Amino acid sequence: MIPPTTDTSDQPIIRFADVHKRFGSLVVLDGMSLDIPADRTTVIIGPSGAGKSVLLKHIVGLLQPDRGNVYFHQQRINELSERQLEPIRKRIGFLFQMGALFDSMSVGENIAFPLRHQGIKSEKDIQQVIHEKLAVVGLSGSEKKMPGDLSGGQKKRVALARAIAMDPEVVLYDEPTTGLDPIRADVINELILKLKEELKVTGIVVTHDMASAFKVADQIVMLLNGKIIVQGTPEQIKTMENEDLRHFIEGRANAEDLKALHRL
Amino acid sequence: MPLEFLGNICVSFVLTLGDFVRFFMTILTGSLRGMDRFDLREMFSQMFDLGTLSIPVVMLTGFFIGAVLVIEAYPQFHALGLASRLGSVTVLSVVKQIGPVLTGVMLAGRVGGAMTAELGTMRVTEQIEALRSMAADPVRTLAVPRVLACVVMTPILTVFSDILGIFGGWLIAVHVQGINNDQFWHYARVGVDIYTINTGLIKALFFGLAIGVIACYKGFRCGNGAQGVGRACTEAFVTSFIVILMLNLVLALLLTNIYVMFWPNQAPIL
Ligand SMILES: Nc1ncnc2c1ncn2[C@@H]1O[C@H](COP(=O)(O)OP(=O)(O)OP(=O)(O)O)[C@@H](O)[C@H]1O
Ligand SMILES: [Mg+2]
Repeated sequence: MIPPTTDTSDQPIIRFADVHKRFGSLVVLDGMSLDIPADRTTVIIGPSGAGKSVLLKHIVGLLQPDRGNVYFHQQRINELSERQLEPIRKRIGFLFQMGALFDSMSVGENIAFPLRHQGIKSEKDIQQVIHEKLAVVGLSGSEKKMPGDLSGGQKKRVALARAIAMDPEVVLYDEPTTGLDPIRADVINELILKLKEELKVTGIVVTHDMASAFKVADQIVMLLNGKIIVQGTPEQIKTMENEDLRHFIEGRANAEDLKALHRL
Repeated sequence: MPLEFLGNICVSFVLTLGDFVRFFMTILTGSLRGMDRFDLREMFSQMFDLGTLSIPVVMLTGFFIGAVLVIEAYPQFHALGLASRLGSVTVLSVVKQIGPVLTGVMLAGRVGGAMTAELGTMRVTEQIEALRSMAADPVRTLAVPRVLACVVMTPILTVFSDILGIFGGWLIAVHVQGINNDQFWHYARVGVDIYTINTGLIKALFFGLAIGVIACYKGFRCGNGAQGVGRACTEAFVTSFIVILMLNLVLALLLTNIYVMFWPNQAPIL
C-alpha cells in the first residue's frame, strides 16, 4: 500500500471552500468551491455579472466571504486583518478589469509604485524595471505619459505592467485582452504563457475571449449562478456536453436570451 | 410609522458615527506611525495645493469682512463716544472669530470638496482597492498626508486672513471714519494678548482637523458613479460647515473658561 503523501507540491496554491457572498439581497457566490493548482494557468469563464471579478477579489482579501473559506498555501486568509494580509498581497499581482491606474501619477510612477512602496529597490533598478515591463507590453517610451492621455487598451497594458512589476508568484488577470486589437491580444496571451513557463507564475485569467482562453489555459472553469459548474482541461472543455457551457463557448444565445428582442 | 422612521434615523446616525469614530482612530494611529518619504511628498504637495493656492481667496475675504465690520460697528461706538476703541473691537473679533471661522469655511468649500471628489473618484474607479491589493494602506498613503496638510495649513492661512482683516478694519477706521491712527493701534494692542491670538489659532487647528477628516471619510465611503461622488462632496461641505460652527462654540466656551481660570482677576476684554 502506498503511504499517504506528505509532499505538498501538488496541493492547490489557492483554494475556495464553499464560499458564499452576497451584496444585500443579490447572491453572487453561492457555495462555490475551486482549487487552483500552482504553476499553472486557470481560466475562469462565465456570463457578465456572474461574479468573476468578485471571485478574484477574494483571493487578495479585498472582499471577505460571508460564509466559507479561502486559502492561500493552506493558510486561511479570510478574517485576516489588513496588516496580516500584506505579506500575502506582496506575492500576488492584480490586473483590475478597468485598470485602476493611479491617475495622479505618470505611467512610470504607476509601475514604480509597488516597488517603491515595498522599499526594496534602488532608483536605478526601478527605472530598469519600468523600462523592461513597458517593453514587454509594447509601450516603450511612455513613462512620462499620464493615464488620462492613454487609450483604453493602452491603460490596460500599463496596468498589466504594474501588476507584474514585482515579479509576483501569482498573477490575477481580470480580462487582460478586452479592448485590445487581435494582434495585441495575442501578444498578451504569449506573455501569460511566457510568465508561466519561465517564471513559474500561477495565473488566474478571467476572460470572455475564448480564443485566448483555449490558448493560455491549463484548466478552464465556468462560473454560473454562484457555483463552478464545469471544470476541465481545454480539450475536455471543447468536447464537454454541458448545455450552458456549449451555449457560452459557441456564443449562441438561446431562446430565453432572445425573448426580449422578439418583443421589439 | 413615524416612530419606526425616527428609530431608523437614530440607528443609522449611531452606526455612521461609530464608523466615523473608527475611521478617525485609524487616522490617528496612522499619523503616529510616522510617514515614509512618499507620504511626506504627498503631504507637501497637498500643502501646496490647499495652502498656497488658497492664500489669495482667504486674504480677499478677510479684508472685506474686516472692513465691513468697522463700517457697521462705527455708528454705535460713535454714539457712545467710544469710537477710538474700534481698534480693540476689530482686532479682537478678527483674531478670535472672523479669521479662523472664515478660513475654515473657505477651506471646507475650496479644499474639502476637491479632496472628497478626488478620493471618491479613486474609490469608484477601484484605485483604492488597487492600493490595498499592493499591500499599501490607503489611510496611511492618502488620508494621513491630507489630514495633516489641513491641520498645518489652516492656522497658517488664518494668520493671512487675520492680517488682511485687521488691515481692512484699519483702513476704514482711520482713513474713512477718521479715527486717530495712534489711538487705533493703542487700543488694538490693549485688546489682544498672546492668549487671544492662540485662541484663534487653536480653533483653526481643530477646524483643519475637522475639514481633513470629514473630507477623507466622505471620499472613502463615497457611493457609486458620478452621482455618488457629487453627493459625497456636497455632504462633506455641509458636514464640515456645521462641525466648524459647533466646534467654534465649544472651543469658545472652553478657552474662555480656561482664561478665567488662569487670570481670575482680569475679565476678558470687552
Ligand atoms: N462592491 C459591490 N457592492 C455591491 N454589489 C457588487 C459589488 N461588487 C460586485 N457587485 C455585484 O456583483 C455582481 C457580480 O459582479 P462581478 O463584477 O463579479 O461580475 P463579473 O462576472 O466580473 O462580470 P463582467 O464579466 O461583466 O465583468 C454584479 O451584479 C455586481 O453588481
Ligand atoms: Mg468582471
